[in-house]
Amino acid sequence: MVRFLGFLVGLGFVGAVLWSLLWGVVAYVGSPPEQTAEQRLHLEPREISYSFDGPFGTFDRQQLQRGFQVFKEVCSACHSLNQVAFRDLRQLGYSEAEVRAIADQWQIQVPSINPDTGEPATRKAIPADHFPSPYANETAARQANNNALPPDLSLMAKAREGGPAYIYSILTGFQNPPPGYQVPPNLHYNPYFANLNIAMPPPLTADGQVSYGPGNPRPTRDQMARDVSAFLMWTAEPNLQTRHMMGIPLLIFLTIATILAYMAYQNIWHGPTSRRVRATGALDPENMAKNEAAEREAGVAG
Amino acid sequence: MSFPWAEEYKPKHPLMRWFDDRLPLPRLVYNSVGGGYPVPRNLNYAWNFGVLAGMALTLQIVTGIVLAMHYNSNADTAFNSVEHIMRDVNQGWFLRYAHSNGASFFFLVTYIHIFRGLYYGSYKAPREMVWMLGLVIFLLMMATAFMGYVLPWGQMSFWAAKVITGLFSAIPLVGDPIQHWLLGGFAPDQPTLTRFFSLHYLLPFVIAGVIILHIWALHIPGSGNPTGVDVKSPQDTVPFHPYYTAKDGFGAGLGLILLTILIFYLPNYLGHPVNYVAANPLSTPAHIVPEWYFWPFYAILRAFTSDFILPAKLWGVLAMFSSILLLFFLPWLDKSPVRSGSYRPTFRIFFWIWIFDVLVLGWCGGKPAEEPFVMISELATAYYFAFFLIILPILSIVERTKPLPNSISESVLHGEAAEAAPADLTGATPAQA
Repeated sequence: MVRFLGFLVGLGFVGAVLWSLLWGVVAYVGSPPEQTAEQRLHLEPREISYSFDGPFGTFDRQQLQRGFQVFKEVCSACHSLNQVAFRDLRQLGYSEAEVRAIADQWQIQVPSINPDTGEPATRKAIPADHFPSPYANETAARQANNNALPPDLSLMAKAREGGPAYIYSILTGFQNPPPGYQVPPNLHYNPYFANLNIAMPPPLTADGQVSYGPGNPRPTRDQMARDVSAFLMWTAEPNLQTRHMMGIPLLIFLTIATILAYMAYQNIWHGPTSRRVRATGALDPENMAKNEAAEREAGVAG
Repeated sequence: MSFPWAEEYKPKHPLMRWFDDRLPLPRLVYNSVGGGYPVPRNLNYAWNFGVLAGMALTLQIVTGIVLAMHYNSNADTAFNSVEHIMRDVNQGWFLRYAHSNGASFFFLVTYIHIFRGLYYGSYKAPREMVWMLGLVIFLLMMATAFMGYVLPWGQMSFWAAKVITGLFSAIPLVGDPIQHWLLGGFAPDQPTLTRFFSLHYLLPFVIAGVIILHIWALHIPGSGNPTGVDVKSPQDTVPFHPYYTAKDGFGAGLGLILLTILIFYLPNYLGHPVNYVAANPLSTPAHIVPEWYFWPFYAILRAFTSDFILPAKLWGVLAMFSSILLLFFLPWLDKSPVRSGSYRPTFRIFFWIWIFDVLVLGWCGGKPAEEPFVMISELATAYYFAFFLIILPILSIVERTKPLPNSISESVLHGEAAEAAPADLTGATPAQA
């Protein structure tokens, strides 16, 4: 009965799905899907290597400081970084005094209240504060940017397929659209952006837009894009280096433990002490008797 | 417990004897996973995965309890509280990555455990109850994983909640009220998040309870084995401890190495980048895709695209639920008296096609709902149902199976005699007369 009912149910499902397949094939043959402009023109992120790639990768603090400088002087005009606190900058190699100074002199102040009147006010940032947003709220942000909302950048390097390479590609990917392609007003052509038209105007416009201190590479547009994308990887995954460093000894430990576990396993199953626990396999009396008989027959046993 | 020759628990230490006389808990443990549980001696590595699944559940509960101490189930702060765990909680990043990748690990080992059961006929008499309780665990796992995925309140969390509860709206008449009842509103919001958090904390303990029933039911007939032949004599078994505890220790080591590589070097490889964007009810992600372990079922759901008597959406939902529910009837669909696929040459071919079919479904489920993926998943869905509901019942009547060994020890000795005896007889090791 179960099998009969199952058979009917099976026929139902198979029939229904093959019916869908039939119409799918008809539609596919009748009107093959056309390539959209996105499919034709969209590009995967460019290949780029970072110091934090691979299992042994670490952050290059010099590079992160340069990236922070680019963020501070360019990106932070429109983008927030709300998951990151000023105190976190200590990880970039800044001293406590430097962090305090950076927070104190940050161009945007932190929302607060006037301690005397209770009126809304602002105050200077302290290291415990997270980076303040450049806009009071979403409406203000959209109002200032042709109704586009500059996204928060804290997690951007993990929130897009391709990670930091995607950010680097977007920053260096602004170009003139191919002939015949119409870019909607207030948008900018960028083949690395999912729908090709990005609201953000090219942020890195000229070499030397940010001046790096002595001993640093020349701040070309390419270099600035590299540095700021590395910095955003740090903001997205500040524990990357710790994670990489903790994994190696753990894997070494587990490998040794697993080898020992394998040896224990082999010892218990096939070792000299295992027969004391219980005679099994070739060692059980019945099998031993059979083996002996076979050996006697062949004339090997004495 | 299961066989008359099972060793009896004899406490060595007086304290244990005192304890055991008053509460026979040591005896229970000894009889369940100790020397008192005789297990077929011929189990292969496919039998390691039950213990690995238990280990994964333990890991999930331990990391989950600590995460819950720092997590905030408020729709406004949930996303930020997860980032707080990642940045400010001591080793919080490890806890969270261990928990999210631990879920993937749990599903991976459970799938292999289920495939093992299918190939070796572990669902057949007298182990039907073991099989069905296992399926209950699997369903509870899926519910738990889904609700856990909603908790970070990222974009994919939010839209997964919307899509999955939306499945219930395909039910005629009462569909929409059911969806609203599940969500606690018309769209995922604060009530959804709080109830999912509550249930996500509860269900793992329900799973643990059903696992106890699963093992209890298993210990009545005892473990199956690769030949599918019943245990007949003490020569067929070895005590669980130390034989299989040792083997499981090795398996656990390999499992932990894999999990460590995932947590420390590929923590976001199995996840979806969009879930690092906070939930936004006004912006739909380009592709709404569940986690990898749901992909085969997601492909089945999306395979029904044309109305066929019933609306296509209802077909998809029915098929998705049926694809798991039909497994409850498997012991009565496949009546072949031979358990093990090793002795069923025709079954084996269809089984491996089915494994490939599930992988294809998984691959299609992770892709956007575009051609040719939809057509491929339609074909694969047809085979999925045909395998269980049409092929297996017929096969169990018409298949000519291979002869079974007389006993487990004979099948083991067979290999040993073939390899060891001739080596002795060549004279390479002369008789030590």
